[in-house]
Amino acid sequence: MDVNGRGKVWLFGDDIDTDVILPGKYLVLTDPNEMAKHALEGLVEGFSKKIAKGDIIVAGKNFGCGSSREHAPLALKYAGVGAVVARSFSRIFFRNAINIGLPAVISEDARDVLREGEVISIDLKGGYIQRRNGEKLPVGGYPQFLLEILNDGGLLQNLKKRVKKEKRK
Amino acid sequence: MVMTISEKVLARASGRERVEAGEYVVGKIDLAMIHDLTGPLTLNVLKEVGYDKPWDPDRVAIILDHQVPANSTVTAALQKQLRDYARKYGLKNYHDLGRQGVCHQILAESYVKPGMLVVGADSHTCSLGALGAFATGIGSTEMAAVFLTGELWFRVPESIKFDLKGRLGKGVSAKDVILNIIGRVGVDGALYCAAEFTGEGVERLSVDGRLTVCNMAIEMGGKTGIINPDRRTLEYTGVKSAPLRSDPDANYLKVVEVDLDEIEPQVAMPHSVDNVKPVSDAGGVRADQVFIGSCTNGRLEDLKAAAGILEGKKVNPNTRLIVIPASQKIYLEAERRGYIKTFVEAGGVVCNPNCGPCLGGHMGILADDETCVSTSNRNFMGRMGSTSSKVYLVSPETAAATAIEGRLADPRKYMGG
Repeated sequence: MDVNGRGKVWLFGDDIDTDVILPGKYLVLTDPNEMAKHALEGLVEGFSKKIAKGDIIVAGKNFGCGSSREHAPLALKYAGVGAVVARSFSRIFFRNAINIGLPAVISEDARDVLREGEVISIDLKGGYIQRRNGEKLPVGGYPQFLLEILNDGGLLQNLKKRVKKEKRK
Repeated sequence: MVMTISEKVLARASGRERVEAGEYVVGKIDLAMIHDLTGPLTLNVLKEVGYDKPWDPDRVAIILDHQVPANSTVTAALQKQLRDYARKYGLKNYHDLGRQGVCHQILAESYVKPGMLVVGADSHTCSLGALGAFATGIGSTEMAAVFLTGELWFRVPESIKFDLKGRLGKGVSAKDVILNIIGRVGVDGALYCAAEFTGEGVERLSVDGRLTVCNMAIEMGGKTGIINPDRRTLEYTGVKSAPLRSDPDANYLKVVEVDLDEIEPQVAMPHSVDNVKPVSDAGGVRADQVFIGSCTNGRLEDLKAAAGILEGKKVNPNTRLIVIPASQKIYLEAERRGYIKTFVEAGGVVCNPNCGPCLGGHMGILADDETCVSTSNRNFMGRMGSTSSKVYLVSPETAAATAIEGRLADPRKYMGG
């Protein structure tokens, strides 16, 4: 999987919590495609239908605060979200997003600078967001082992690879 | 080299002499917990990996607590999946109906000891830091990795010291303390950090109260809440010693002083846990429902406080009171002490131990525009049901007074003597 995303910007505010990303009543779902239908429905009606594959959420501080539900990043990913950029993340959401292969990207300035609907691309290795006018915004880097998990498409694929290696030994 | 208790636990678990905030370590997990909502995703990941045996069956706990007894064919199937898994590997730390309770309370009663490294597929796992463990919430896929390897990577967190001074007034309890703190520092006030609670104010708190305080560390973004073990911790956990404690001159990102004498009954108004004000300033918000329970406030001390206020009184006819003890053990003891009778005679409903309406899945879901005054931990939009419903977070004392008046009420007027 290519961890570098390109897509249209959807702006959100501070402290977007997991109950808004996917309400508790949907936690009985185990099919991510079903979860996706309800992603962010309390804030943007029909969000999952309105977004295009690869679109990028750009938010303020403390994105994903609240519950440990992995259903939240799964719902976003299967709705088509290519990456979430935020000033800061709640730690469990940050880990969950990477573990399911959804890049969670920290940028101090993106929320203030970027405009709703503009198309940006993210270069994780290079460590920047690029706007169409050529402007680059720096993003926080990942330690190597996290980049590997993202490159593998998530922790599950990464685990499969590691189990295979173990078996070969 | 001086260390905080969080650093010491992570150093021990990763086989290191010392670690410091900011480092990445791989820690050996002493206890891993899943429940009926996050656990099935973990098992699905294991299934896909093709190998599902836990690394150490005695270090895994599976607790059914979110929607028990099952309320639909969907939840019944999820619970059956966990039951079958527990049987397949003969897991002795499996809590089905009859042994159930809110997962964090079961972990506190039965498994967690000071100095342990605990992970749970639930964000309120941070509660267990009240017993001097390093305990934190993780996701379902990560939990699958823990089940396979018994290890997990951690970034050693910075610690923030919350120094509690003075004494709580009558009608004010641990919940008011943590709401007050979150109101001051904000919902990301301890982001990525260990929130360490210290001082004479903590020493005077019971273990029940400490669990309430640490439970809500996540609501300010904390990786864990943690309290240095003392005599009460040893007594509660049944261990003889607990050597891992913060050094007196350990490093803290900052120190926040909290004067308990100044704290009045608090309420977190919708829809954010840091939207906190004194109950006396909040106006008499209408309460369609009052909920006393959850991993935050479903313990014996909480039920005792609420029963003390409701004794001989009636629940307002415009309000529904739901009381849910956090474990079977607490339920039984509350029954012995007459609290259950008090709640029922007052016109309340007592349900079997489980998470109840806290996250809008079961037993007390709110309709459009309804309000609930609740002792639980989150008041996010739509948390307890309809997106137009509202949740107000309070102490068990305030919840009980509110049930009587049908409106958000200051419990201090119900305090005798």
